Order: sequence, then structure tokens, then C-alpha cells
Amino acid sequence: MSANSALMGFVHRRRRGAELFLLILALVVGIGAYAAVGLGVDGEVPTNLLGYGGWLAILVVGAHVAVRLVAPYADPVLLPVVAALNGLGLAIIHRIDLARDTGLASQQLTWMTLGVALFIGTLIALPDHRLLARFTYTSGLAAIVLLILPMIPGLGTSINGAKIWISLGPFSFQPGEVAKLLLVITFAGYLVVHRDALALAGRRVVFVDLPRGRDLGPILMMWVVSLGILVLQRDLGSSLLFFGLFLIMLYVATERPGWLVVGGLLFFGGATVAFRIFAHVQNRVDIWLDPFADPNGNGYQLVQALYGFAWGGLVGRGLGEGMPQRVPYVESDFILAAIGEELGLTAVIAVLLLYGLVVERALRAALISRDGFGKLVATGLAAVFALQVFVVVGGVTRLIPLTGLTTPFLSYGGSSLVANWVIVAILLRISDQARRPLPDLTADADDPDEQATQVVKVVPR
Amino acid sequence: MSELTLFLVRIAYLAILWIFVLSAISVIRSDMFGARVPAPAAPGKQPKPPKTSSPRRGQPTQVAVVQGVNTGITADLSQAPILIGRGNDAAIRLDDDYVSTRHARIVSSGGQWYVEDLGSTNGTYLGSQRLTQPVPVGLGSQIRIGKTIVELRK
Repeated sequence: MSANSALMGFVHRRRRGAELFLLILALVVGIGAYAAVGLGVDGEVPTNLLGYGGWLAILVVGAHVAVRLVAPYADPVLLPVVAALNGLGLAIIHRIDLARDTGLASQQLTWMTLGVALFIGTLIALPDHRLLARFTYTSGLAAIVLLILPMIPGLGTSINGAKIWISLGPFSFQPGEVAKLLLVITFAGYLVVHRDALALAGRRVVFVDLPRGRDLGPILMMWVVSLGILVLQRDLGSSLLFFGLFLIMLYVATERPGWLVVGGLLFFGGATVAFRIFAHVQNRVDIWLDPFADPNGNGYQLVQALYGFAWGGLVGRGLGEGMPQRVPYVESDFILAAIGEELGLTAVIAVLLLYGLVVERALRAALISRDGFGKLVATGLAAVFALQVFVVVGGVTRLIPLTGLTTPFLSYGGSSLVANWVIVAILLRISDQARRPLPDLTADADDPDEQATQVVKVVPR
Repeated sequence: MSELTLFLVRIAYLAILWIFVLSAISVIRSDMFGARVPAPAAPGKQPKPPKTSSPRRGQPTQVAVVQGVNTGITADLSQAPILIGRGNDAAIRLDDDYVSTRHARIVSSGGQWYVEDLGSTNGTYLGSQRLTQPVPVGLGSQIRIGKTIVELRK
């Protein structure tokens, strides 16, 4: 293997310095937005700017030091990009707080602290992503349990018609956000073992190779159960996310384009059935087709968001000078409308590019990863990000019917933020393993076991 | 706060946002070809001689041909990496028709000896296993190369 890497002739650089540079810029993006909000609303720089900026800097530098110590080869772009998105989101939520006199931003900052702590914890506790493959079925079971939890009377809380929350004392928590990570691990762990059987054994029907039932059965059941739960909970966005995730991972694992055809047909079939059966789906589609039919009722939210985008124009009204608070749920699902209104198309494109970069880096980690499990997990997590952003941004900008999902890292919402930080930690771990040079067989080391194998090691470095 | 100042703040902020996006992209751009060829072997290999001068107990010190046309040939492991093949530059030169010019080599890493196939035609076997990657070998493991068998000895 050393011969291979020498022939291919490259080793990835650590690039931790580049990461630090980008992180400082990301801090400027986050703190600058906070200062600009203060300037726009009150006409002065907020008095707690130093405390706020200091706290943000501590979090970001803490995460950076952790990466430097335990994942030195990790991707240098992912962490700064998500830090910038999170900082921008905090500032926008703070701006909405100022207009509505609420205190969401400080709660979000608490969640971000927890998220970064878990990010560091994940990096330390998980020296090798392949350890996750041991928990293939455990995590599948955990995902289903988590998805069922909100349906248990007394524990689950129904907020805005969707029963996707559980309340633990003062906190409410959305288990679906964690479930998507667990499902990615389950799918990846299962598919990496059974991919050959899935791709090669089976019958050919029309132009699609159908795998044998015993190969596809377990994973299909897993997926039907989780999707069924979500449909019962009326969580359209997450159902769409899980469906797309399953399809993409199956396609990537088996390399059969036929799955996309089958999946596409299933999607349109399912969407038609859902449209017929569920009144709220019809309602969403009606709003999408003609939001101005009822601009002060059903269509109010979308119409106001569209007005916001239009009013914002190319460079926006300026932070603190628009009226984003008039859009219902502008701090969570519709946060992009607030950005579009106050910072304009220029910033919206920048934000979309940042999401694109996150997906690109995740897919890049999948490409260069040396083991199938890592490839599939990274692909799955990239798909989660891409689908989530597409569904929510498409909904807000009226490209597709609106289905509720949070915008990763930007939106107000603790469970989503914490889960996404953990996802980024796992992506960094995979990219660290992938970019790490192979052990050099000609090098000397005194411990005979140290570089003996490429099998999962318990201790990194 | 005047209208103009707020306008400048807004433009400045958008500029910062885009500077961030563009610097992130430029870091990625350097990553595209950002893999660099590792430094030529010479400088990194300096600390090698002192180690080989003191072989530990129970460690093999030489490699010997135990079966085949050239039975009896040995090579000292202190000259590692040891090239095995039909070529003139091989430390163990075999006159076996089933052996390639540069067939396999024996290298050391972390105190452990490995045998690595160098893309030979007929393959290198450890037991019945054809090698596809470097495999650790110990004292007495029989490495089959063509019709020849070599092993590590004390």
C-alpha cells in the first residue's frame, strides 16, 4: 500500500492554518452581522458585543483546537463554513428578537454551546468512524424508538399540528433530527455488507434489476417503518428527507440507475396518494400554486416571504431596517426570507453557496475515503444536507410546495442545531481518516504493532 | 446614524460575506491539486542505520532460500529492503523461470517484517494466499515465489 500511495504520489496536507484563517473570517461574518444589527436597529454597536463575540470566539477556537489535536488531517473548510452559517443565523435570530421582544438568540447560543461541546465530544470519543459500523442495527432500532417517542401520550407534544416533539421538563426536543443521523449509519452499515448481493443477485424486471427479498427486506422494512411513523406524525418534510436519503444511498451503494427510476415512480405515486388522502397536503399544494388566492389567510406566510424577497432586492434593506418579523416562523423555517429581505439576493446566494460547499466537502470526503462504510456515511450525510436545504429553500422561494424543515445551522431550533454539529463532527472524522497518509512501510517505529495494520485502531495518531 | 453610513455598513457586510465564501473556495482550489508529492525518500530515511545495527532477540536476521533451484542462498536483513527476483539488482537473485525480474521485496516497518509483491506475473504466496498488499511475516513463514520458497531466519 505504501507503494501505491508513493506511485499515486500525493499526500493530503493538514491545512489547519488555512482552517484557522477561515475560522477568523467566519467569526467576522458572525460578529459583524451582530454589530450591523445593533447599528441598524438602535443606531449603535450593541453594548454586549465584546461578551457575545468573545463567547462565539471561544466556541469556535475550542472546536478548532479539538480538530487540531484529534483530527489533524480533517477537511479545513467544513468547520469554518458551518461556524459562519451558525454565526449569521444567530445574528438574524437576534435581529428578530429585537423586533419581537423575545429571547430566542440567547437560547440558540446555549444550544450552539451544547452543539459545539458535542462536536468536540464526538471527535474525541470516535477515533475512527468505522467503529460506527458496529452499531448498524442498534442505531436502526434507536432511530425507530426515537421516531415513535413523540407518539407516546404524555411525552409527545404537538406543536403546529405536527407531533414531532417530546418535552422533557422545560426542554422540548425533536427526536427526528437525531434519527436522520442514526438512519444514515444504519443504511450505510447494512448496504456496505449487502451491496454486492443487492446489485448482482436477483431478477430483472423490465429494465430494473430487482434484488432478492432477503437482501432488501430488512432495510426496506426499516425504511417503511420510519416513513410510516413520519407520515402518521404528519411530518412531510422529514418523510421527504428520509425517502430521498434511502434512495440516494441505495443508488450509490448498488450503482444501479434503475433505483432512481423506481424511486421517482414511487415518489410520484406516494405524493399523489398523499395529495388525495391528506387535507394538509392539498392545502400546501394549493398555497404553492397560487399563494395570492388567500393572501391574508392560508397564503399569508408565503406571500409575506415573497414580498420580503422582492423588497430586499439585490443588496437588501440592510440589517435591522426591514420588517422580517411580519412573516410567521421567520426565525425557523423562513429564516432565509429574513436574510433575503435584509441582506438581499447577494447574501442569499452566498448562503446557498456555503451550503453547496458543505455538500461538496462531504462528497469529497466520500470520494477519497478508503472504506465503503465511510463512503456511504459521508454520501448519506451529504444527501441529508442537500435535501434539507433544497426542500426548505425551495419551499420558501415557492419553487416546490412548502414542507416544514429547518435550515441547517441557520434556523432557530436546538435539536436540529445540536444534531447538525454532531453530523459535521462525523464528516470531519471521515475526512480525517480519508486524508491521513497511509502508514509508511519503509519508516521505522519501535512499537511493532503501531503501524502493523489498517484495521480499526482504538487510539488515533 | 445617517442613511449613508448604514448603506456602507450593509455593503461592507456583504463584502465580508463574499470574501469569506471566496476564501473558502480558494482553500478548496488549492486542495484540488493540493496533494503534494512526498519529499524524495532520502531525507526521511536518515535515522535508519542505527536501528538495524541492533537486532532484537527473536528477530529474524537473514532471509534464506529453502527450496528451489537456488536453495542455500541467503541475504542479510540489515540491507533491507530486500529485493527478490531474476534481475541483476535483486539481493536474492533466483534462476527460476516462474519468477519475475523484480518479483517481491521484504521490508521492515515498526520492527515488523513485511513481504510485498511488486506486481509479479505469477504472484507471491504466503501459504495458499496470494498477496495483494504488504503482509507481515515472522520467523519461519514460508514465502512461495514461483517454484522457490524463501523464509526468514535468525
